[in-house]
Formats: sequence, structure tokens, C-alpha cells
Amino acid sequence: MRGAARAVLALLALTLPFWVGNPYYLHVAIMAGIFGVLALSLNLLLGYTGQLSLGHAAFFGIGAYTSALLTLRLDWPVWPAMLAGVAVAALAGWLIGRLALKLRGAYFVLVTISFAGVVSLVSVNWMELTNGPLGLPGVPAPALGPWSLRGKDAYYYLVLAAVALAYVVCARLVRSRIGRAFLALRENEPLAESVGVDVTHYLVLAAVVSAALAGGGGALYAHYTRFVSPEVFLFTYTVTMVIMVVAGGKGTLAGPLVGAVLFTALPEALRLATSWQWQMLAYGVLLVLLVFFLPRGIVPAVVVRAEAVRRARRAAE
Amino acid sequence: MAELLQHLVNGLVLGGTYALLGIGLTLIFGLMNLVNFAHGEFYTLGAYAAFAALAGLGAGFFPALALAIAGGAVLGALCEVTLLRPLRAESIDTTMLVMIGVWIAMQNGELLVWGGVAKSIPHPFPTAPLVLGPVSIAPLRVFVLLVAGALIAASWVLIQKTTLGRAMRATFQDRDTAALMGVRIDRIHTATFAFGSALAAAAGALLGPVFLAYPSMGDLAALKAFSVVILGGLGNLPGAALGGLLLGIAEELGAGYVSSGYRDAVGFVIIILVLLFRPSGLFARAERVG
Repeated sequence: MRGAARAVLALLALTLPFWVGNPYYLHVAIMAGIFGVLALSLNLLLGYTGQLSLGHAAFFGIGAYTSALLTLRLDWPVWPAMLAGVAVAALAGWLIGRLALKLRGAYFVLVTISFAGVVSLVSVNWMELTNGPLGLPGVPAPALGPWSLRGKDAYYYLVLAAVALAYVVCARLVRSRIGRAFLALRENEPLAESVGVDVTHYLVLAAVVSAALAGGGGALYAHYTRFVSPEVFLFTYTVTMVIMVVAGGKGTLAGPLVGAVLFTALPEALRLATSWQWQMLAYGVLLVLLVFFLPRGIVPAVVVRAEAVRRARRAAE
Repeated sequence: MAELLQHLVNGLVLGGTYALLGIGLTLIFGLMNLVNFAHGEFYTLGAYAAFAALAGLGAGFFPALALAIAGGAVLGALCEVTLLRPLRAESIDTTMLVMIGVWIAMQNGELLVWGGVAKSIPHPFPTAPLVLGPVSIAPLRVFVLLVAGALIAASWVLIQKTTLGRAMRATFQDRDTAALMGVRIDRIHTATFAFGSALAAAAGALLGPVFLAYPSMGDLAALKAFSVVILGGLGNLPGAALGGLLLGIAEELGAGYVSSGYRDAVGFVIIILVLLFRPSGLFARAERVG
């Protein structure tokens, strides 16, 4: 049953451009994919190690700017530039991890926010490098040999591949010995430490992988919209990632993806009905309601319900 | 030299309101252990409430200030009773997420009601600056500094000298014992949150006429309040007051002598450096650590 559902989902995702004619819907699907990578990235920290980063837009923006600047200023080809975006974001993640992960809870949150604030101010003020608030237009689209991935169909498959890759990285990581260490740290740090889990090592590792994924999301975004400005550092991006992870179900693999699809499609659907302000207002209210009524998120709630149904059916037989 | 003095005076005025924001947040974050990201929204609300009272109700400037502060207190109390009281047993992360939700909802609510265009708040003070030797200062800014100073002093008296203040300190040191001594815990929680929010609203209503009121003004204010709290040490009232003044002066000096574009980076850098090197605040005595 679960295998069949998965196969159907995969088939739907793989054939999407063939039955979605409207390029606008395809755009929504691409953005959902990019946010899927970002949500998976945040979930690694928030869901598996229990550390909330509210500076994740910084890693996203660093990936976007690195890749855009390397292609525009140094004429790098797109693929190595994107990889460099991932690498620089990972480096930033390592730095923040080394510095800030001796702090916990609210203090870690504040350092990550401040880090994002500083990076954002640099992107606005370092005119020579970043062109300031005007941003960097004309970021090239990637190409695969002779085929340009400029069209939405082609880019959709690139994003889909990236989501799959990010998912596999997260799945392999959390199901390994490392993932068990993450969970041990989340559940009871002193206990984990007492049985020999190297706290700093594992938390920094989580921060590096998480930042690298967010940087990858940023690079994908830069070469899709083909324009980068300080707006990539907007706090809204971080909040969106948090809502996706919390709503979908933190600490699950499918949760962030469900959250990403839902919270990319929902605002787009709402956009037709209401203005941007109402949308954001609804976001805020929704976050409050989620904490009250679905504190563990959609995916765990569905799993629990499915288990209950299965058990009831077995009892009836 | 004259330039330096001028920067110091400007920094003092700015720092006075940062101190108000910081004292409000040090009660909520330091004592109540709530990561209140909506703190800046109470600051915004104060500015808009003053604007609405002046433009909508036709109230005078001083009644409008009082109304704004009262508005902050009422909304703060409402927020505590409806959202935070049911979650008191939950972890700090849960309440933080709720407060992020409140922050987004309030900010966009303000945007819906008052629109995105910045509003200027009229005030009755003459615009010609007072010139004192090498420095000049607008009379409005003198007023802001005086009111901020008075509110800071009043908060200190309230927390240190009154029964309510003692009950607050007792509640957040040891809730169960305080309850056994007859302190009404629920009321104290509500009163503390309302008081902290009222101080934020006061800061907004005071700075609103100096600058402008716009929906996102609270974002930076919240982060600055956090840097003040961290600078002063959690729950440390005189620390927050001093931290506010220090931040205001550091920002003015940074903007004046380094680069005005990086003015707001001062607060961020302070948060990062203090948390990394002196996590218990600049003014903590050794025995307060941990």
C-alpha cells in the first residue's frame, strides 16, 4: 500500500510538466521544490538536533550570491558556480556552528538572527561586490551540454533532481549512526554526552550539512529567477521555512516536503482571493493555531491516524 | 570634539528609548523566560496608537502618549491570557514559535489598518533646536529623554520597592513557593507581560514623533531590545538601562565615524560578541554567572 502510494507520487512528480500546461503552475511547482530543499535543510537542525536557526535565509542568500557572482564576475560556468555556492554556504555553516553551538535555545536563535542581519547589511552596503540594493541582474541559466535549462520544464526536472538528492542525503544521514547521535542530543544532551556522543562535533556537522543544502537551494533560486538582490536575506524566507517544517512535521523526512508543497501552493491560491497582507496575516495566525492544535505537524498526525485505522481494521477481522 | 559631543547627545536620546525597550524585554525574556519576538510589534503599536489617537480621536499629544501606553498594556495582557497562559508548561521553543506567529500577524495587521506608507506623528514642541554650547538638540528629543528616564526610574521603583514588584521577583525565582505564600501566579504573569509590553509601546510612542511610524519599524526594534537585554544580562534592570544607553551611543558613534549603512549592524555584532564571550552580560558579578 505504502509502496504503491509512493510509486504514484513519484510518477505524478515525474510527469508533472506533461499534464500541467499552465507555466504559472509549473513556476509554483519549481518554487515548491526549492522550498522543499530549504525545508529539508532547516529540518536537519530543528527537527533532528532540536536547534532552531532563524538565520537560515543567510545560507540561502550566501548560496545565491556566491553562485551568481562567480558566473557574472568571474565567468565561471554555472555548475561549478552552484557547487561553490553550496561550499561557501557550508563554510558559513561551519563557522556559525563552531562559534554558536556552544549556546542553546534562545541564545543560539539570537546569534543566527544576528548573523543573518549582518550578512544582509553587507549585501546592501558592499556596493562594489554586490551592486547593493539594485541587485545582480542577468544571472545565466544552467545548460546541460548543448541543452539550455532555461525553460520552466527543464528547470523543473533540475529542481526535482535536487529535491531527490537533498532527500536522500537527509535520509541516509538521519538513519545512520550520525542521525542516532542527533536524536540522542535532541532528546537528552547530558545523557548522550555521558555515553560518549561528541556534542560539538555532531551539532557542527548538522549545521554544515544544513547550511550546504540551504546554499544549494539559494543557487537553484538564483539561476532560476536569474536575478539576485538583498531580498534573498529577507526574514520572510526564514519564517516560511520554519512554518513549512513545523506544519509538515519536524523530525520526519516527509514532513518538510509536505509543508513545502502546501505552503507554496496555499499562498498562491490565496493570492487570487486576497492581498499579500491578508496572506501574511493568515500565516501568522496559522502558525499560532498549528502550535495549539497540531503541535507535532501534519505528517505525524496522519501517521498516527493511519495506524489507528489499521489497528481498528485488524481488530474488526 | 564638538562633533563627538553631538554624537554622544544623540546617542543618549536614542539610548533612552532602547533602554525602555530593553527593560520591557528583560522582564519578559529574562524573568518570564519567554522569547518574545513580538516585543517590537508592541513598540510599533505604541507609535501607531499615538498616531491614531492624535489623528483619529483628536486627542492632545500627552493624552495620546498615555493612551498608547495603556493600549500596549491591554494588548499585552490579552496576549498573555489567551496565548501564553495555556502554554505555560510547554518548552521555550513552543512559546517562541507562537510569539513569531503573533509578530507576523500583528505586523501585517498594522499594515492592513494603516497601510505601508510611513506616518509622521505631529507634536507640539518647537522645531528650532536648543543650542547648548557646541551641541544642539531638538526640544522634542529632550522631552523623549526625560520621559524615558522617568519611566525607567518608575520601573525600577515598581520592581524593587513595591509589593507587586516583590511578588513578580518571587514568582519568577520560585513559582511554587511564591504560590504557597499567597502570590496569585496567573495575575503576576499577566501583569509582568502587560508591563513589559507597555514599556515597549511607550518607547514606540516616544520615538514615533522623532522618526516616522511604519509597519516594519518593530523588526529592528525587537532585535535591538534583545541586544540590550543580552548586554545587560537577563532580568537585570539596571543592566538593561545601561545597556540601552550604551547601544544608543555605540550606534551613533558607529554611524558617525565608521559608516551610516552599518548603523544597525552594531546591535547584531553586540549580540554575537557578548553571547560568545560574556554570555551573562557585561555587568554580571561573578556570583551571578550560571
